[in-house]
Order: sequence, then structure tokens, then C-alpha cells
Amino acid sequence: MMDMVKKNNRFKSVFSRWETMLFLIFIIFNILMSFTTPYYLNAQSILDMTFIFMEKGLVALIMTLIIITGNIDLSVASTMSLSSVVMAVSFQSGINIWVSVLLGMLAGTFCGFLNGFIITRLSLPSMIITLATFSFYRGISYVILGDKAVSGFTEKFTYLGQGYIGSTKIPFPLVVFIVLAIVFSLVLHKTFMGRMIYAIGWNENSCFASGIPVKKIKLILFTLSGFISSFAAMFLTARIGNTRPNLATGFELEIITIVILGGVMISGGIGTMPGVIISIFLIGTIRYGLGLNNIPGQIMLIISGALLILSILINNIVKNFSKLKPLRQ
Amino acid sequence: MVDKRNSNTSGSLVVKFASIREISILGFLIVFSLVISLINPVFISLDNLYDIALDTAILAIVAVGQMMVILTRGIDISVGAGIGLSGMIVALIIKDTANFNPLLAILIGMIIGAAMGALNGVLIVKGNIPPIIATLGTMNIFRGLTFIINYQINGGQWVGADKLPEAFKNFARGTFLKIPNLILITIIVYLIFYYFLNHTTTGREIYATGSSPESAKIIGINVKKTIFLTYVITGILVGMAGVLWVARYTSAQTDSASGFEFTTITAVILGGVAVAGGSGSIWGVLFGAILIGAINSSLNLIGVSPFWKLAINGGIILVAVIIDAVLARNINKALKERKQI
Amino acid sequence: MSEYILELKNITKIFSGGPALDDVDFSLKYGEVHSIIGENGAGKSTLIKIITGVYSLTSGKIIYEDKDTVWSSPIESINKGIAAIYQEPAIFPDLNIAENIFMGHQAYNKYTRKISWRSLYKKTDNLMKELNIDLNPKQKIRTLSLAERQMVEIAKALSIKSKIIIMDEPTSALSISESEKLFEIIAQLKNSGVSVIFISHRIEDIFRVTDRLTVLRDGKCIGTKDIEEVTKDDLIQMMVGRKVDNLYPKIEAEIKEEILSVKNLSKKGAFKDVNFSLHEGEILGLYGLIGSGRTELAKAIFGMDPYDSGEVFLEGQKLNRLTPSQAIENGIAYIPENRDEEGIILGMNLVSNISLPILRKISKFTWLDSEAEKELTNKFVDILEIKASGIDQKVMNLSGGNKQKVSLAKWLATKTKIFIFDEPTKGIDVGAKASVHRFISELAVKGNCVLMISSDLPEIIGMSDNILIMHEGLVTGFFSRAEANQEKILEAALSNINKTNGNTNG
Repeated sequence: MMDMVKKNNRFKSVFSRWETMLFLIFIIFNILMSFTTPYYLNAQSILDMTFIFMEKGLVALIMTLIIITGNIDLSVASTMSLSSVVMAVSFQSGINIWVSVLLGMLAGTFCGFLNGFIITRLSLPSMIITLATFSFYRGISYVILGDKAVSGFTEKFTYLGQGYIGSTKIPFPLVVFIVLAIVFSLVLHKTFMGRMIYAIGWNENSCFASGIPVKKIKLILFTLSGFISSFAAMFLTARIGNTRPNLATGFELEIITIVILGGVMISGGIGTMPGVIISIFLIGTIRYGLGLNNIPGQIMLIISGALLILSILINNIVKNFSKLKPLRQ
Repeated sequence: MVDKRNSNTSGSLVVKFASIREISILGFLIVFSLVISLINPVFISLDNLYDIALDTAILAIVAVGQMMVILTRGIDISVGAGIGLSGMIVALIIKDTANFNPLLAILIGMIIGAAMGALNGVLIVKGNIPPIIATLGTMNIFRGLTFIINYQINGGQWVGADKLPEAFKNFARGTFLKIPNLILITIIVYLIFYYFLNHTTTGREIYATGSSPESAKIIGINVKKTIFLTYVITGILVGMAGVLWVARYTSAQTDSASGFEFTTITAVILGGVAVAGGSGSIWGVLFGAILIGAINSSLNLIGVSPFWKLAINGGIILVAVIIDAVLARNINKALKERKQI
Repeated sequence: MSEYILELKNITKIFSGGPALDDVDFSLKYGEVHSIIGENGAGKSTLIKIITGVYSLTSGKIIYEDKDTVWSSPIESINKGIAAIYQEPAIFPDLNIAENIFMGHQAYNKYTRKISWRSLYKKTDNLMKELNIDLNPKQKIRTLSLAERQMVEIAKALSIKSKIIIMDEPTSALSISESEKLFEIIAQLKNSGVSVIFISHRIEDIFRVTDRLTVLRDGKCIGTKDIEEVTKDDLIQMMVGRKVDNLYPKIEAEIKEEILSVKNLSKKGAFKDVNFSLHEGEILGLYGLIGSGRTELAKAIFGMDPYDSGEVFLEGQKLNRLTPSQAIENGIAYIPENRDEEGIILGMNLVSNISLPILRKISKFTWLDSEAEKELTNKFVDILEIKASGIDQKVMNLSGGNKQKVSLAKWLATKTKIFIFDEPTKGIDVGAKASVHRFISELAVKGNCVLMISSDLPEIIGMSDNILIMHEGLVTGFFSRAEANQEKILEAALSNINKTNGNTNG
């Protein structure tokens, strides 16, 4: 008995160290960079680099909740594309830009709702359904816009993705991200909703038998995933200043990589928001640092792939030491 | 005590349905083709069917591997990147080498593929990493490697048609006994794997492992080895497909076949392979791949913009999965109710 | 050569909780059908697992075919000719009958590794003929009924030339005609010299097929008899005999008005026309053996599985079909038998487990009040004497008894009035058992009502005010505390002769 308790504590400390470990890597990387790269530690460039990964960061927040419930949403990038396209087409047809944004976000939210509805109604694996809508939603983007691009958005809109707060040099998207990151952290770690999300990830049956509305929560999360994806899509569109149907291609896998690297267990039940947030910044700075050193961005792919695999391998080694969780079917 | 229902009637119905699964895809394919042919007879012309077959060939080959992996309850999303990597390496080896034997090129691709597949297999079987995560990681690694290798050796340029040996380019266009080489290879692959999956002990063990890993262990099947094997085979097919890809499109690019993993999974699921593992036939997968090819081809012919392609593929897979789920539920219900009381 | 193919001598098996088998002797003749009977928990499955090599012995010896034997693994016992067929056969649902029978030992060409399908189907056909089963070898297992799957398992056992076939509750899920078919097959097996170990709760079935029988009780061998020597009453006498001791601190509670009543509740394939009512202060025991439909009934009332027809009334109001969360709103709680899968969340700590049903209530504007949560947890940890290193310990590291207490504790903070316990003391140690019993008693005294499902006879008799007995989905008996004794209950639970509709208005 005592032995078990000890094991449990050791295990816990290893896990609470996962975030610490990530943070250390983050710090070490930045120190290395500041030595090797002349302009790296420039305050402005550090702030500005956040422009390029805030959209993925936003979606990673909701993806974290979904993966903790033991599900996955592969359709986020397609949803981003679709909502951006809907927004752009509305704008092009003369509708006020903010009304267009609203329409785009409505479309994206509906995409998420549809995922959740099918998954909960038919009790189907989220991976399969969102794999199907991954093609379907992006396909609709292509149907609507073909190979055209829409640009020429008003300056007020592009501020979303390019602007700074007042006369300071703090990027507007960074502020939005920080606010949402705090909200999501609080929801996951401080509210009953968050507790239910963890519980669902561990054991859906027990949750159902304890009166937790499992399906409703899943539906809410997938709908929210659509909402946040479309929200992020607006920032992305504003940043790059135009929309094409291939917007955000491949983002889903990058976002999942970020989340898993942040210490979230793909089978659900384990993971923290701070871990994911560190992971977002880690991946973001690595990408930026490599860019400054003229190292091609694709090397980033190798690094994130290797990190992803290593993070799980380490998890598994830990799991072998203490029987963390019975094998799930 | 409530009377036992006549188990034979409901039983045989269920049996019939199960065997209809592949036939229904074929039926849909035929009906679809007929409708398209009525709108535009060119669809059914020999030339067009040729084109469909050529366009489907690579997809069909990789789908066999994807199918085996899914049969064992896994998934391989590194196939697209694997095609890119093997294609790039082989293209760099053979470029500027006139008369490089295309069959040797394919062999090199297969060896590279086997190594990639073994990496996936080791991570999944030895590292206990869920297949989706392991292959997501290797997908990034393969794609990144493709870029680096290309960058280091070729300065980041494409390996374009002008650099590829004539013999190699001719191979994709060439025929053997009037059958295009690509199609011939596909047929050979399907015959080999039809035999492998249906007539050899190893093939049947792949099904058994997916159908019930616990039972498989009990009767002494080496489940881990079997799973490892499916990833290696998939790698070999992917490696081969990478070379064929370069031959067919006469260029090796760093983003070749990106997103192709989703197309192969679509073909497999459309083909009636259960995502839960253990069930599905190779012919279903072939029909699934052909259906995707036929849809893509038909869009041009009936004057629908090719931009519909993705939406239609996505829509079809969505509908197929939903119908499958509803039918499976009814079958299970029917089976349960055959119990007395 | 002795007349016995298998002899077990002085078998003792001790688990951490205590002995599961205590000095048991068992012998099996060539070509006989030997039944093992006993209540749930009497040690039958432990004995089977010893015979098949799943468990090792603590002491004693196994003599198989006149040789002292120690199984190194279950696979060895299978290879040496001992096959066990469980209720839910281990099979490949997506493969066909012939493949299931021969998977792992198909005949194939050494060089091409080609399976000879023709010989496979031919051999399967022969097996089917031998067993007189009318099934197409190409049919997929997924499409077979449970009975048919068992036949396939038997065919599989024959295909590897098994000498002993163990059937664990083979008939509990079968209809009468399906059972008849099985008995014919058993007769054929016997004729061909195969020995059968038969485990069943259906007394009629035992008398139908058995040559000899062995009765187990509390891990001890009570006796081995020829079937001609015994009557049904003798059997029941041998099976019961357990002492109802002072372990059951039943406190008399005043039984007041009716709270819950169930009218003609039916669910296809599980239970039919169940009637009973629960009163304030009452503990209603529900006794039934495997396959009696008692767990399905409890789950239907709690809303975990829908029922097909019938009505449930709460304080006179008809309830529509509930979901668990509505059931909880209505003051019903279910403490499941399958505790780790449905009751608790192994990976989470005590606090999270105990506050799970009241997460919403314990939150202020969605904000979890962690202080209140801890306070609550500490309170119930004290009341139920849960032993843990702390309230933030993960539940998976607790003992069975403490897990059970956590599974119960989480309902105490809700406004539950109706507690449905499913096997509340299964697999937990004596100390924890007594405190769970005391607690159930106290719940009743405080004016709650309790439906307690159990297959532990002394527990049922010791704890219940009234006892409802189910057999194969039907209510086959109802006794008040005064009328009940072990014989009557077991008799009702073993057969469907006493077809009464248990109404608790008496």
C-alpha cells in the first residue's frame, strides 16, 4: 500500500515536471538563440513573432479540451478555411465587413456543431467523422471560391491580424490569445465543466452513470471547436490579407502536435493548459529562431515530429513504471 | 418463457447483408458510371476509362497498405509524406543518369519504403505509441527530410521532367502487352495481396488480430509481429508508389502527395473496411479507389467544376460512414434480441 | 491406468483476500459428464482456472492422465487436451466458422503458405456432421447467436482433439430448444469418450445431463455424488448450509409508505413482467444467479439502459424513461457491480470521484468550490472509514473495499432516497464488508429505501426486509424476512416453477 502511494507520488512529480521540462527547453532554446542570433533578443522582434502562431495557438486551446475528453477534431483547419471563405464572399458581395465576419463565424460554428451532432447522435468515433468533414468542409470552400482569392479587406479588419494595441508595440492577436488562454485555463482547471472534461476522458461510462451529460458536453466542445476555429480564421485572414480555399492547409496536424507535445494524453484524461501554452510558444519560437538563422522552415517539421514521438515515448516509459491507466479499447 | 425466434431467418438475412457490402459499392460504382455516361458518353469511352485507371493506380496501391493497417485497428497517416520522400530520394539518385532501369528504381523505392514502414512499426509496437500519433510524427519527419535532402543535394529545385531519364519517363507512359505499365503493376499488387490476405496463414492472422487481439493472443498468434508486418508492407507499397508518382507526374517535388493520406483512408473506408478492424475485403478497397477516380474524372465530363471534387469525396465518405453505423446498430440489435425472453 | 482422466487432490488456492479453495478434491472419469455446482463465489471458477492452468496452485496436486502435472500456461493445457468454453466465447467475430475453428492450426502448404480452404471447409463440415449441427461453415461468427457460437467453440475443442471440455454456464443464455440441442451434443461427446465438466445454475439441466456432481460451498468441497443418489432437495441442502452469522448488523427500521413501484417492466432479452415496490425504510433484497436479469433490471430503473415496456412510479407519480441524470434528480442512485467501469473513475482522486454527481451544485457560478469539495470528501472519508493516504490519492491505488466505499460515498452528498446496490460486497474483505452492511442498514433507518442485489445468500437473508427472487428474467419468488430461508430462496432462484408475480404489498 505504502509502496503504491510512493509510486503515485513519484509519478505525479514526473508529470508535474512535464511542463517544467518543456519550459526549460523553451528557456534553453531562447538562450542559445540569443547567443547565436544577433537580433533575436530584440523585444520587438520577440513580440512580433507571436503574430505568426497565434491562430494555431487559439485552436490548440479548444483542441486540448477535446483531446482530454478522449476525442479529436481533424476538421479544424477545413473549418477555418470555410469560415474565412464565407466571410470573404459575403464581403465581396457588398455586405459590411463585420456582418461578413459574423456570417463566417456562424458558418464555422455550424461546422463544429454538425461534427458534434453526428458524433454524439450515432456514437461514432470522432476521428472518422472529423476526417470526413475535413474533406467535406474544405471541399465546400473550393466549391464556393474555386481557385480565386479574395483580398482588399478594410483596414479595420486587417487590424485584427496585423495591428498593435494603441500606440504600444504589443500585437493585438497576442492580447486576444492571452485573454482566451486564461479563460480556457480557468475553465479547464477551475470550473465544474473542466472537471467533467477530465472525467469523460477517463471513463465515459462512470460519468454517464453519475449523471454527467456526456453527450451534451461533447456537443458543446465540438461546437466550440468550430467557433474558435472560425474566430482564429478571421485573425489569419486579417494577417495575410486575403483568402483562398487552401487557407490553413495542414494546420490540424500541427495543432495536434502542439497539444500532444504539451503533455496531453491522446487517450484522454491527462493534460494541462499551461503545458499546452508553453508548447505553443516553444514551437513558435523554434520556428522563428530557425527562420532568423536561415534554416528552412521544413526542418521545423522534423523537429516537431521528433518532439511529438519523444514526448509520447517518455510518457510511456513513465507509464510502464506505474500502472497509470488500464488499457482502453 | 418466450419462444425463441426463428434464428435462421434473421441469421441468413444478416449473412446476406454482410456479403453484400462489397457488391453494394460495386453497384453504386456501376450506377454512378451509367448516370454519368448518359450525361456524357465520353465517360464510358476506352480512352477515358484508361485515364481513370491510370489516375487511380497509385491510390489503389497505397490503399492496400492502408487497408491492412486499418484491419489491425491502426492507421497510417505518414503515407503521403512517405510517397514524397521515397519519390524524392529515387529521383535524386536517377536524375541525369540516362537509361537508369526503371524497375531498379522501383526496387530502391521499395527498400526505402520498407525502412520507413519499419520505423512506424517499431514506434507503434515497441514504443506503444498510438498509431495515429506515431505516424503523425513520422509524417512530419518524412516531409521534413524530403525537403532537406532536396535542399542539400539539389539546392531546393524540383527534380523536373528534363532531369529524369528517358527510360524512366517512358516507363509510366509505356505498355506491356498493350496494358499500361502502371495498371499492370496495380493488377499484380492486387493479385499478390488478394492471395496473401485470403490464402495465407499470415494474411488470415492479420484479420484475426484486428478482429480480436485478445483471442489472437490466446491462440498463440504473435500480435505485435503481425502489426509490425502490416506497417512494413504498407511502407513497401508506399515506397513503390513514390517512384511511380515521380514517373507518372514526371517531377519530384517536396510537397508531392501531401494530403494523400486522407485520400487513401477515404478509399479504404468507402471500400467497406471496418475502422474498428478485422473486416473488409481487398476488392472493396479497389472499388473504393476506383470510385474516387471515377468521381474525379466525371466532374470534368459533366461540366461540374473540379472544385466539387473534395466536397463530393467528403460528402460520400460522411454518408457511407453514417449508413454503416446505422446498419451495424440494427444488426447488433437484431442479434441481441435473438436471445430469449 | 486409472478410471480417471483427471484428479485434483487437496487443492488449495489462497488469494490476498483469503482462501478461494480450501483442500478440494475433484475427479473426472473418462467419458463422463461431471457437474460442479455451488452458489456464486463458492469457488467454481477458481477451480476451473486451476484445471486450465490460468491460476497456479497454492498447494495440492493435479494428476492428468496418470501423470503429476503442473501447467506452465493456459496454452499448455489446451495443447494437452483441455478446452474450456466460456459464456462469452473467445472468438473472432469477423471471421467465418471454419476459420474460427482452425485459426492457429490451419493446414497449409509449407512452401507457399497457402491455406487449403477446401480441406478446411471439408473438415469443418465433418465436425458439423459429427455434432449434428446445421450451420454453414462460411457463415461469419458475428451473425451467429450465442448458442451457435458455443457450438462453434465445441467444434473447435473437438478439432484439436480435446479430451476434456469444460462448459461454464453454457445454458444460461440459451432457450429451451437451444439447450436441448446442446444436451444432444454433450451426449455425443460422451459417447466418443470425451469427458465434460458442466457448470450450471439450472438444476433441471444438471439432472438432464450429469453422471456425477460435486458441490462446492465457500471454497470447500461438500461432496461428490452419483446423480442417481441425489434429489433436488438434497442438492439445495448441500449448497446452502452457510451460517447466517452476526456479520449482518441489520437494524430494524420502520417500514412506511411506498416510494417506488415497478409495474410489468420488460426488456427484450433481459427481463419480463417484473413487479415490485419499495418502501421507506425497507431493504429489498434481490436474489438471482448469473443470467437472471437482475443487473439489467437495476440499470433499466436507473436509466442506464432503456426498458421496452412497463411503468415505474415514484411516490405515485409515473416516471417517463429516465436518463441517469434524471434518475439522480429524482433521488435514485445506482452503485454498480462493475465498479471500476461504471462506478468510479480509477485515474482520478477521491475528491474528484466523490464530488462527481454534485459538481454543478458544489460550484458557484460554474466555479468549483475546492474547499467545499475537500470538506465534503473528508466528511465521507470519515463516515465510511475509507482508508487512503490522503484525499488526493488516485482511486486506482485503493483496495477493493475502499473503492466500493468511494463508489457509495459519491451518492451520499446527493439527495438520494432510493439506493440500488448491485453486489455491494463482492470481492471485498470481511472488515469492509461489515462496514458496508452497517452502512446500508443505517441508510434504511434514516428513511431511505434500498434495493440490494446480491448473490450472497447469507447477506440477502441477513440484510433484507423482503426478498425478491429472479430466474432467467422472471420473478420466481417473493418472501418476507420471516418466511425466508436459504432453501426456499435457492429453490426459487434455480428454477422457474414458482411463477409468482412478486408483489410486495404483503
